[in-house]
Amino acid sequence: MTTFFTLYVLIWPALTLGVLIVICRAVLRDRREARRQRKQLV
Amino acid sequence: MSNASLHQFSTLTVILLMLAFYGGTYLMTLGIRKKEEDADAFMVSNHRVGFGIGAASMTATWIWAASFYAAATSGYTYGVSGPIHYGLWGALMILFIYPFGRRFRKLAPNAHTLGELIHARHGASSQLILALSNLLGSIISLMVNFTASGALVSVLSPLSFQAGVIIAGVGVLLYTLWSGFRASVLTDFAQLVAMMAIAVVIIPAVFFAMGGPSELVAGLGNLTPEQADFFSVDAILNQGAPFFVAVLAYAIGNQTISQRLFAVNEDHIKPTFLTATVGYGAIVIGLGMIGLMALTLGIEPLNGDMNNLIPQMVSGYLPPLFIALFFILVIGSLSSTADSDLSALSAIMMADVYGKNIARGKADPRRMLLVGRLTMIVATVIGIVFASFSLDILVMLVFVGALWGAIVFPVIASCFWSRVTNAAFTTSVIVAMLLFCVARFEWLPLTGLVGLGFEVLASIGGGVIIGLMAFGFLGRVAGFLAGALALVAMLVFATGFLRDYTVLLASLTAYGTSTLVCVVMSLASRERFDFDSIRERVGDYSDHHPAAEPVEPARDPAPASLATPR
Repeated sequence: MTTFFTLYVLIWPALTLGVLIVICRAVLRDRREARRQRKQLV
Repeated sequence: MSNASLHQFSTLTVILLMLAFYGGTYLMTLGIRKKEEDADAFMVSNHRVGFGIGAASMTATWIWAASFYAAATSGYTYGVSGPIHYGLWGALMILFIYPFGRRFRKLAPNAHTLGELIHARHGASSQLILALSNLLGSIISLMVNFTASGALVSVLSPLSFQAGVIIAGVGVLLYTLWSGFRASVLTDFAQLVAMMAIAVVIIPAVFFAMGGPSELVAGLGNLTPEQADFFSVDAILNQGAPFFVAVLAYAIGNQTISQRLFAVNEDHIKPTFLTATVGYGAIVIGLGMIGLMALTLGIEPLNGDMNNLIPQMVSGYLPPLFIALFFILVIGSLSSTADSDLSALSAIMMADVYGKNIARGKADPRRMLLVGRLTMIVATVIGIVFASFSLDILVMLVFVGALWGAIVFPVIASCFWSRVTNAAFTTSVIVAMLLFCVARFEWLPLTGLVGLGFEVLASIGGGVIIGLMAFGFLGRVAGFLAGALALVAMLVFATGFLRDYTVLLASLTAYGTSTLVCVVMSLASRERFDFDSIRERVGDYSDHHPAAEPVEPARDPAPASLATPR
């Protein structure tokens, strides 16, 4: 029960962190690509 | 803890926090500012937003100030399943929209608004219905977000409610005004990074500061059997189902979403929306858990106001630095949505109102930009003035969602079924909105045959929602099958008792009625529409093309595009 509720509460910040990393990496990649093509990011 | 007051910042601290937030955001936009912005970039960033920025912007836009408060309220009210019934359905609706979004992009790759596509498909009346519903939704959203700023500032500092409203309004307008959508998506990224980083820290911090897992489990004894039940019928019927229905409509009827559908690089639509689905769900459900924690601890919301739950928990268990982080979290969420609303409103006025209905074939991109920027200024003023009225956020959410529910089927059907006519679209929406109001405001007593009639319409609505979801991902046959099964299940289980849940009944009635009227009128029609013509009628508004460039001649049933295709 305790383990379940610990996971139930903490899985969300863990997922948030995962998405944050994915998005940041993608933006850095897009930024490098934009610079290479001498274009703006947006 | 139950009688604790909220931590109070000094006036100077709050002003410095907001100055740092809006000043930093404004400085960020200077990096992308062009002396001469072009209209397409101002509206959709030339349709080439990358995956990272697109996913960040989609997530940040979908999360508004109410998301945190309402998720926590749901956790506090409905117990263990409460945060899920707020966050999961909202997240799934981002997922739900993308198969349809791909169809929209295929039909009209150069569109800026969904209204332009509908204009090319049906003509002005259907387009203006969509544009009007978008305008209404975005104005309300602006008002709600500015209200949240005023409420936050007034509970955490000596500053007045109006001061919070005005600072947020002016701050958002300043950084969005010049570059429009480009500024919105770029700042969305920074705001989302801040929001996510803060959520990652705050949720476990509150959890362990309140006593951790053992305290939470011990507190489950404070819950009612319904609150302790993960499959609580009460939570499903009162929170999950109405929100599910409302958010489904949001996905189709909200220009902030369709603007991103038209802005993201076409190859990246799927990963963008998948990532945004997970991101939205994680952050909103996670913060909703703070409401559940408050419930297990037996905490009473300060002054009976559920919106105080999260600040109360953060104030009670964490040092003031975390209150400042929470402050930035809320300001970030409301600003990212407000700047998207300003961009959405300006795109609607630029493309749908000026481009399609005023300029009529001679759209001047510079004048379009002026229209867009003036729209932002007027919308901000309206949002600030209207924010003075304190309205129930959740009720508004359901109400506007249901209004948009009336247009869901006609919009989707218009993009897939060649027989749908302008008259079918327009009539179905008007009739659906009328019957929605009859049910929602109980203009007729929902008893006897009247109640049964509305339950049948609502059952059709339920079938339509499930059917459309299955259709989006699995195709026509699966859509029909799922819709039919859902309809039968609804007719069996919902008749006789759905009338007691008027919010849900009314929302489903909007779907069911518009579908029924639209289908019947379309079947009676002999028109067949050539979908390939939409691509030709919806073009870019680029500064590189002279405004006086000839425009395609009008073709039945809809007038030609007023833009010049690239």
